[in-house]
Amino acid sequence: MSLELLLQYIVAGLTYGIIYAIVAIGFNIIYNTTGIINFAQGEFVMLGGMIAVSFNAFLPLPLAILGAVIITMITGALMDIIFIRWLRSPSVLRMIIITIGLSILIREVALHIWGESVRALPYFTGNEITSLSFGGVRVSPQVLWTVGVCSVMVAGLSLFFRYTMVGRKMRATSDNRNAALLCGISTGNMVTLSFVLSAGIGAVAGCVVSPITYTQYNIGTGLAIKGFTVAILGGLGSSVGAVVGGLILGILESFSIWVLPAAYKDAIAIAILLLILFLKPSGLFGKSDVMALKEF
Amino acid sequence: MRRNVAGYLPVGLLAILVFILQVVLKTSGKEYFLTQITMSVYYSILIVGLCILMGYAGQISLGHAGFFAMGGYITAVLTTFNLLPYADLPVMKIMDMLGMFSRWQDLYGTDIMSVRPIYAGIFAVLFTIVAAYLIGIPVLKLKGHYLAMATLGFGIIIYRVVLGTPLFGEADGISDVPPFGIIGPLRVSGDMSERVMNYYIAWGLLLIGVLFLINLVNSRVGRALRAIHGAEDAANAMGVDTSGYKLRTFILSAVYAAVAGVFLTHYNGGIGPSEASVMKSVRYVAIVAIGGMANIWGALVMGLGLNFLSLRGYFGSYDDAVFGGILIVIMLFAPEGPLRREFFSRIMGLVRGEKEARG
Repeated sequence: MSLELLLQYIVAGLTYGIIYAIVAIGFNIIYNTTGIINFAQGEFVMLGGMIAVSFNAFLPLPLAILGAVIITMITGALMDIIFIRWLRSPSVLRMIIITIGLSILIREVALHIWGESVRALPYFTGNEITSLSFGGVRVSPQVLWTVGVCSVMVAGLSLFFRYTMVGRKMRATSDNRNAALLCGISTGNMVTLSFVLSAGIGAVAGCVVSPITYTQYNIGTGLAIKGFTVAILGGLGSSVGAVVGGLILGILESFSIWVLPAAYKDAIAIAILLLILFLKPSGLFGKSDVMALKEF
Repeated sequence: MRRNVAGYLPVGLLAILVFILQVVLKTSGKEYFLTQITMSVYYSILIVGLCILMGYAGQISLGHAGFFAMGGYITAVLTTFNLLPYADLPVMKIMDMLGMFSRWQDLYGTDIMSVRPIYAGIFAVLFTIVAAYLIGIPVLKLKGHYLAMATLGFGIIIYRVVLGTPLFGEADGISDVPPFGIIGPLRVSGDMSERVMNYYIAWGLLLIGVLFLINLVNSRVGRALRAIHGAEDAANAMGVDTSGYKLRTFILSAVYAAVAGVFLTHYNGGIGPSEASVMKSVRYVAIVAIGGMANIWGALVMGLGLNFLSLRGYFGSYDDAVFGGILIVIMLFAPEGPLRREFFSRIMGLVRGEKEARG
């Protein structure tokens, strides 16, 4: 195989990988503050893409995306306020089932609003056939948009958590909810905020990737399970781990097309998920002694 | 002894109800309902099996449609795959002499030699047992989110495999599955003239399954399972072989799912990939939840009712949304289930108490 082809596959893998990483970070943000895995995480990505496509019919692209992100964030906030906030120490099984139910409802609403048709936003710059050449590797500008926007989001999030007051409050909530409450932090609001944040980044990712991968009402489940794979691969709760895990999964998937029929592509992610769960549930970057203390 | 007899009482009552229902439907001219009822009964076999796993052993499975599809697809492939070109192999000759093959002609008059349905069904269930054993060992070490995701992953893999493999008919599934002859004239088929017979076969199978589970729940095993559900570490410390019990329950519920899959596939004369979809697995979990988790009768009633309504198309295009909504409402307001087990046992206690006073 030529070097160019190899690089071409890597670029394709990176594009998907960064999206998986964003979904995984969405999982992490909510998991860190609540201990809940939000099975409806993939639906945020779908909603972002779908709403933006609808708005783009009468609004310019930047406004359409902004509107889509805001509506998805409101959806995230409502999910927490209506369904989760008022439950007192719910069991894990209960939370799993509730978020699964929510993901089904969101998907069904999407099906009734947008139907089964596949939609896509227009390319942000250029069109389907525009490509930039880097030493023989041809890259669509949309790939650069995707990788760029997602990287900025990841960097922005880590700055937000480290240096802003709200970010620190959220970290305090995730470290020890009772202690945070005693320090005068409204932990309930921080949890809602974590839903808003993870809905927001999911929606942004859904918009930037929509021209390349297209959006349909049912893409959420696949994204959720891949995002979860990545979150576990990188160690649940770790942002760096999520990015590395996402890139690993994206590249593995893109190379798997050589070995396996494309129909089995999704099975790769799940096989990796099962392997990791069986062999090293703490992930590549997680510490096993820390994991032993967490409740699943 | 008296307690045991009282425990079987509902099964007897149900058998009488089943008969009355058939007579009522016949006299009111609504016999066409029997088809959907029969299908719901087969789905309910899977659901009572899942009820034992979720309600009593406390282990969630989001992959039970995978076991259902495993049973259904294996029997469908074996009973439709033409083995005639391989008939001269020695192994085939021996199997043929043992009467394991049946010869028939398809729609276009092609001669077909395939595995006799009863052997195909038995093989499908045995295969599922092995598969459930191999999957159960690593999966059941996981808890909570990880267990949910791992079983979900298993379900998706099965779905992808049946959807992507030409042998399993890809998106079309497998059709023209022959009837399943059990003994003598008893056979599982979707033939209109055998509708009433199949109604009773399905109910008979379900009642046998339920009787077995009731016995199991009221035995040493049932108590061990409840202990595991209550506090796994404590049960372990008390000398209960928790991982062994969990694994055996997992296999048992997989067998129920596979049996349901085998019978329904022969009843419908085919199976499609939608039977393996994640939404089906979630639907089964929803039904067990609304039935009250650790409540075989609740799961049975809900399994029959909701599947029947869904199969008759009462939910229209909101089919999946109904089950999603049920899941949320139940888990928000009545996580122990609306048909509380305590509630039922109290009523049963009253019935029993009266009898004892009289006797």
